[in-house]
Amino acid sequence: MRKYLLFGLVVATGICFLSRLYFLQIHQTDTYDINKDNAVKKIFQYPKRGHIYDRNGKLLVANKPSYDIVIIPREVTPFDTVSFCKLLKISKKQFDKNFKRAVRYSPRLPSVFVAHLTKEDYAYFSEKIKQFNGFYAQKRAVRDYQTNIGANVLGYIAEINQNDLNKDPYYKLGDLKGKQGVETSYEMELRGIKGVKYIQKDRYNREIGPYKNGNYDSIPIPGKNITISIDSELQAYGEKLMENKMGGIVAIEPSSGEILCLVSAPSYNPGLLVGRKRSENYTKLYLDTIHRPLVDKGLTRMHPPGSPFKTLVALAALEEEVLSPKENIFCSGAYVYGKKKRRMLCHCGGGYRNMYNAISLSCNSYFANAFRKTINKYTNMEESMDKWSGHMKSFGLGNFLGNDLSVGKKGIMPDGSFYNKWYPDFNWGPTTIISNAIGQGEILVTPIQLANMTAAIANRGYYYTPHIIKSIEDSHIKKDFVSVKQTSINPEHFEPVIAGMSKVFESGTASFLKVPGVEICGKTGTAENFIKIKGEKTQLTDHSIFVAFAPKENPKIALAVLVENGGYGSIWAGRISSLIIEKYLKGTVSLKRMEQLVLSKSLEDEYLKPYMDQPFKINQP
Amino acid sequence: MNGIRSKSFHIDWFTITLYLLLVFFGYLNILSASTNGTITSLFDLTFPFGKQLIFICLSIIIILLILSIEAKFYERFSSIIYLVAVGGLLGLFFFGKKINGAISWYQLGSLTIQPSEFSKFATALGLAKYISDMQTDMKKLKDQLIAVLIVAVPAFLILLQNDAGSTIIFASLIFVFYREGISKLYIIVSFFLILLTVIALKFETQTAFIGISVLVGIHHFLWKSKKARKKIAFPIIIIGAAMLIISAVNFSFKNILQEHHQDRIGLWLRLEKDPVKLKEMRQNISYNLKESEMAISSGGFRGKGYMQGTRTTGKFVPEQHTDYIFSTVGEEWGFIGSSLVVILFVLLITRLLYLAERQKTQFARVYGYAAASILFMHFLVNIGMVMGLIPTIGIPLPFFSYGGSGLWGFTILLFIFINMDANRLNEW
Repeated sequence: MRKYLLFGLVVATGICFLSRLYFLQIHQTDTYDINKDNAVKKIFQYPKRGHIYDRNGKLLVANKPSYDIVIIPREVTPFDTVSFCKLLKISKKQFDKNFKRAVRYSPRLPSVFVAHLTKEDYAYFSEKIKQFNGFYAQKRAVRDYQTNIGANVLGYIAEINQNDLNKDPYYKLGDLKGKQGVETSYEMELRGIKGVKYIQKDRYNREIGPYKNGNYDSIPIPGKNITISIDSELQAYGEKLMENKMGGIVAIEPSSGEILCLVSAPSYNPGLLVGRKRSENYTKLYLDTIHRPLVDKGLTRMHPPGSPFKTLVALAALEEEVLSPKENIFCSGAYVYGKKKRRMLCHCGGGYRNMYNAISLSCNSYFANAFRKTINKYTNMEESMDKWSGHMKSFGLGNFLGNDLSVGKKGIMPDGSFYNKWYPDFNWGPTTIISNAIGQGEILVTPIQLANMTAAIANRGYYYTPHIIKSIEDSHIKKDFVSVKQTSINPEHFEPVIAGMSKVFESGTASFLKVPGVEICGKTGTAENFIKIKGEKTQLTDHSIFVAFAPKENPKIALAVLVENGGYGSIWAGRISSLIIEKYLKGTVSLKRMEQLVLSKSLEDEYLKPYMDQPFKINQP
Repeated sequence: MNGIRSKSFHIDWFTITLYLLLVFFGYLNILSASTNGTITSLFDLTFPFGKQLIFICLSIIIILLILSIEAKFYERFSSIIYLVAVGGLLGLFFFGKKINGAISWYQLGSLTIQPSEFSKFATALGLAKYISDMQTDMKKLKDQLIAVLIVAVPAFLILLQNDAGSTIIFASLIFVFYREGISKLYIIVSFFLILLTVIALKFETQTAFIGISVLVGIHHFLWKSKKARKKIAFPIIIIGAAMLIISAVNFSFKNILQEHHQDRIGLWLRLEKDPVKLKEMRQNISYNLKESEMAISSGGFRGKGYMQGTRTTGKFVPEQHTDYIFSTVGEEWGFIGSSLVVILFVLLITRLLYLAERQKTQFARVYGYAAASILFMHFLVNIGMVMGLIPTIGIPLPFFSYGGSGLWGFTILLFIFINMDANRLNEW
């Protein structure tokens, strides 16, 4: 027994140590991560951010150097503050404030004193920087906009926030990141990959040389240049036409789904969000709550589709075979429905309507009938509504399109269960929801959804997901963007509808909008809209809506125009559509008078009406 | 040198292999822990690794010397060696050099000698000599006291030199006493004393009082026979003694121990309840411990590779090439390397115990046992400390840590025994 005490203790100690080692080295730790080791310092080298070109190869966004003046307070010796402030264009007060802030941050570590100096300002300062001990210049790259259009499309880059930091460990404090437009959708491609140098430190935080001879270091990989599908000339023209109006233009190439222009009005110069005045300018834009220039209206403004929606109602009726194109329906100037004999007025003038002239004259009665017939096809209301709604959804309505734009709205496309919820007693039928027939009712769409719908009609039954990317350097665009999305409507049913849309220009509601030599198919739309003023539902002047594509055969462009509170569809949205189509197809505009009329029109007084605090009239020419 | 050759057949090569492995592996780690990245020469004496290589070379000469001397010599001269060692310790008070607050070194030119390292094998020799004496009977109290005195004199001298860590090593010789016949009561009592000390420190005086009373009470009334239960005096004495010890421990902890000792023990027992303060204490007081634990755990299963440890290269663990050398192993060689070191030590110590048991003379057996006990205590305290299992006590890891005196002291300790073992069959 005496022999074994120490022996036992030795073995026990060994086992005890082994378990402790197991706990420390295997159980407790994750795998070793050099990025979490505070014995190794990481220095990042920033790659060049990719350039952005338009579809014709025009450079839209490049980079330019910008200089930050950095201060290390401990190294500062007395100097001439007056000339210093003058050189940097800051006030003495600002100087004192910045200086205090820098000292509070750290007397030993560098912090930014004045950010975003232009090349010129920096040139003056750099001549004299020797006089100012403790101040250094730090170069970094910012965006250089070669154009003053397309702010909503291009977006901007800005310093990352805490949220970005938490989401992606790639970013470090102070990094710049795309915040809107293609800058954010193609952030991954544009940013490149940061290079990193690992430096071994000792316990006094001194650098004692490269970590493992620099074997783990990497060089920065520059960001990829991208080409976007925007035609910058068309975009500029669209923005010009939309001056002093609110709304959006979305034009799509039907054969590819590429977005040709994406106008949001009012817009702003993208260059405003670069440089020393950035935050001042941003605040100004942000605080304009009437116009909301930072909101992309072509992508996010939801509104009732209005009459352009009748084309889909017609297609659904044809697909469900409840109507033939040549079938006549009598319009008495109003559609009377329900037990209470409610009336839906019609402006077509009355008479027998077939599909062609019903579309061209936008006959409400005809489409109310068509819609009712479609819904009545099945005895089960929910089923038939789902069926109808499915046709509409196959055109991309009621859902995000899955495009490559940073913002968007789903819109609303009600189906059977939607109305079961809306009317809890299930007491709803075709007449309860008859407003849908003419694009009012519960349906809400965004301009890009309308444009996509038009492209699908132009293609006779299919569309490509609208996208803004045309090509990426050394890479491919998303596969989804080059694959066809079929609608649920048989291609043969499109011809009568397209013929009707063509008639809109020939003899219908847009007959005064003809473009010489181009056969345009389109549809006007006028959407009633309401807001709440002091808790009271108030109607505003109708939104002017227009959808069109051209030419009729082999369409090159399909577009949707929304002019908020612009009145009747053909007045402003229609004119803008014709001008855009002519500009795109011919390169020049011959409709000078029309152009002049649009350019000189301002709708500012319409937008101010709700804020004037007094009664106002609507829908006055 | 004829002696060596004839002995070589009986030398325990297994032990020597373990020894060589430990020294070589130790040297590799000292090299990694003390280099600044560029090694111009392995014998660069401005760096610890250069000196250590010299120390190792000298050790080989020492080994040859030790083995070439007749084993009988050590027994004959053990008393003298012991007295010389004690004299060496005494001399420190007159000629010693103060390093890090301890007067434990002689300065000989550029070389510093630490006599406490040599006093270990000398004490083992002295103790072996005394216990193996025909006259000595370890069952007698008087003889026990003399044996304790032989150990206590050098231990006390070392304590006076402010090297409390080395003093603790001498406590390991209690295993020798036990092996040679003292009552097991001593072991039990010492075990309970240690337990009581820890309890006293961990749970304040009053809580410890109540706890002990309840435990003894339960023991008395539940497990004792009816007859024994009536004898109430014994448990009362036990409780009284325990209370006395608890009070004494807490008193001396607060009033006698130096502040940094208090802090180390306090931290080990997590006496500070506030987690924020505890973290602060970890940062300030046990910076070494925190860094060494971090280095070890960052090694993971396979380690970061030799000379590739970031915390070793960055010199994050102070004193890493001496007392904290095991953290280098942990970081660069990972679980594989560290367990290998632990296993090598366990093998070496158990091998020594096995060899000790097969000795024909009591002298050799006691000495072998003493050597094993001393190595075990170093192993236990050093690695336990580096991994945070026991409070910080600064003693080296045998054969591993940087230092000439340490390496030589342990080498002599080990090889005197190997010499004895090789001669165990010789008649004398």
